[in-house]
Amino acid sequence: MTGFLQDIGLSYELAVLVAKALGVAVVGAFGLLWTLLGIWIERKVAARFQDRVGPNRVGPFGLLQSIADAVKIILKEDIMNRHVDRWPYNLAPILSTLSVMLIWAVIPFTAAWVGADLNVGVLYLVAVGSLGTVAVIMAGWSSNNKYALISAFRAVAQLISYEVPMVISLLVPVMLAGSLSVQAIVKSQHIAYLFAVPMTVLIFLISGQAENGRGPFDLLEAESEIVAGFHIEYSGMKFGMFYVGEFLHAFTLSVLTALLFLGGWQGPLAEKIIPLGFVYLLLKSVFVYFVLIWVRMTLPRVRIDHLLNFNWKFLVPLSLINLLVVAFLWKLMPDTDQINSFADALGPTLVLFLANVVMFAGVAWWLREWARRDREHIEARRAVVAEPAEATAAAGD
Amino acid sequence: MTGIRDSAWEGDLEQLKGLVSERALTGETMVLNMGPQHPSTHGVLRLILELDGETIVNCTPDVGYLHTGIEKTFESKRYEQAVVLTDRMDYLNPLGNNLAYCLAVEKLTELDVPPRAQYLRVLLAELTRINSHLVWLGTHALDIGAMSVFLYCFREREKVLDIFEMVAGQRMMATYFRPGGLWRDVPEEFEPAVRDFLDYFPAKIDDYEKLLTENPLWRDRTQGIGYLSADDAVRLGCTGPTLRGSGVNWDIRKAIPYSSYDHFEFDVPLGQHGDVYDRYLIRIEEMRQSLRIVRQALDNLPSGPVRSNNRKYVPPPRSEIGHSMEALIHHFKLWTEGFRPPEGEVYVRVESPRGELGCFLASDGSPRPWRVHFRTPSFIHLSALPHMAKGHMIADLVGIVGSIDIVLGDCDR
Repeated sequence: MTGFLQDIGLSYELAVLVAKALGVAVVGAFGLLWTLLGIWIERKVAARFQDRVGPNRVGPFGLLQSIADAVKIILKEDIMNRHVDRWPYNLAPILSTLSVMLIWAVIPFTAAWVGADLNVGVLYLVAVGSLGTVAVIMAGWSSNNKYALISAFRAVAQLISYEVPMVISLLVPVMLAGSLSVQAIVKSQHIAYLFAVPMTVLIFLISGQAENGRGPFDLLEAESEIVAGFHIEYSGMKFGMFYVGEFLHAFTLSVLTALLFLGGWQGPLAEKIIPLGFVYLLLKSVFVYFVLIWVRMTLPRVRIDHLLNFNWKFLVPLSLINLLVVAFLWKLMPDTDQINSFADALGPTLVLFLANVVMFAGVAWWLREWARRDREHIEARRAVVAEPAEATAAAGD
Repeated sequence: MTGIRDSAWEGDLEQLKGLVSERALTGETMVLNMGPQHPSTHGVLRLILELDGETIVNCTPDVGYLHTGIEKTFESKRYEQAVVLTDRMDYLNPLGNNLAYCLAVEKLTELDVPPRAQYLRVLLAELTRINSHLVWLGTHALDIGAMSVFLYCFREREKVLDIFEMVAGQRMMATYFRPGGLWRDVPEEFEPAVRDFLDYFPAKIDDYEKLLTENPLWRDRTQGIGYLSADDAVRLGCTGPTLRGSGVNWDIRKAIPYSSYDHFEFDVPLGQHGDVYDRYLIRIEEMRQSLRIVRQALDNLPSGPVRSNNRKYVPPPRSEIGHSMEALIHHFKLWTEGFRPPEGEVYVRVESPRGELGCFLASDGSPRPWRVHFRTPSFIHLSALPHMAKGHMIADLVGIVGSIDIVLGDCDR
């Protein structure tokens, strides 16, 4: 690309600049275009779970629905409350979309297509991903609305605490691959890490879902409680940017899961026919996304104190134990830095898988014990209050 | 640049006294207006909340945003015309409202109701209860965040509404009951349709239970929330599932049977813990019991007329008018002037899906009621809301509001 630009008469520096700018435009445009299709997939899948039809009016199978929505939302009047704090208020939606678009820069779409193969890619993911939190807090604070403020309170508590187990679980694939580069992690998955460390995948998905603020952790915009939460005062395209940001964030979680644990673009012939890897990555991501929608459509919403209890008393210790167990076993096994083929990976994968099975059994046992004690506690409390009830019942008759 | 400071509230602090604690006046706690436009206030309820973080310090319901003056309108309608108004109060329980009003008029005029009409009334009232509980379950689950249940419930509700449409021509505001019986007999396809529903519905209740009853998240969100002791429930005048959730055995269908409810076998589910979860369990079980009643009513449905033969109050059928002078006169009198009940006051109560629905009727002997008043459960239960909500979080509040199953149309009249 740079060579071509130099051929048509640009200086080397300018050629590099134009080429990079084009790359940014392509990755960014792809992210936004994918949103249009992705929202359609999400709405269609959600509709099926709920025994509805979903969008089916605009275009074949309602495929153009998102485009119609986008046009509508761009044309809408932008209403701004007189009392908002303008700078953060206007910056927040941009930051919300931007933070997730930045993540896409390091995503390896195929063996050859990657925006920037940073050698600290995973660190970058975590750092940039948390910018979204700042956007939520800015929006919640600057809107000068009590519902938005409550939402911002919740954001501080929820998003920041769920970052901890997420980062800890991210360390596992980094350790297994021996690199922070996302591309290197993908390439080192001769067997997808899902089979070696299923527990990590679970922790990552749960904390990722919570960090995105999607059901059952959608407390930030819990419609029935705080109406729309932090974006209650936004309209028009500013709201649209939050919407795009939220959707892309949720979908990016699926892409990351696919990359870090499902082998990314790897698949039959993906190294030879480069674009095929892209198809594999999309399929895997959409599969993960499907599972996330499934969870979202099934479960009720968690309450904020339950959410934090669950994180600090359960998820964080569990992710630490998980990390320790995997690290310990990984160190014990010989030649773990020499895995170059499916056969090499088979042994370690089996060992880790068995360790994970043991951990799952332990967690299941512990959860059951916990639930039992919890129930006993509630029953004990209940027995006391149940007595006057019966006395009145007799009197009532 | 317009800053946050410019937007300080400029009202009079005096207005807030009594509604919120002293702490709110100093700015230590936050006052939040929840509603009247809010997704989970089930209509247009306004709750003035005083919050300490997310914890509710004070909760003051403010009603009246849906006031339509229905009770006053009754006074300018003839007795038979006024049936239409009753549907519009508690729009989830139209036939139950019809029933309360018709029973009141029948008590005033000492009208007899043929057994077939009584059985059909019970059958349809129970279907209405199922309809109302379905909407309750859907919205309650939606409030707590389980979105899909909402759509499943509305899918089943369609079937009930189809049955209403079949008998009355209207889906929601059926206006099917009349003083002295029913508007007309049910059509032939009524029985198979109800039997279809009886076969179809029990499995769906099991589905809801699978999604919610044992779900740890659902139990976390509902158990121990919105506790109401039996004493408090009685003292605050709670009725229906809200009262029975606290373990008080009081169901008007059993205690003061009306419209031949004493002919039917059914159980009254009782809770022990008086929390949101128990009220949830009770309503789920009530749907099953309603199905039992519907089945019995359908199996033992007597034949015969569906309207009283008392021509003083009930218009004659069209076929009679053609050959009977008397019938023609009655028809003319009833449709131009209406009937004149004796002077007096009556009060009847029925068990609506929400609780005791009472109808007070005062007559001065003219063709129009002198005063009609409804004792509606939603209004009474709202007064119990602050008691239940204090100390809980906002997220719990919407669960509690859902668990007392208010309908603002019922509350404001």
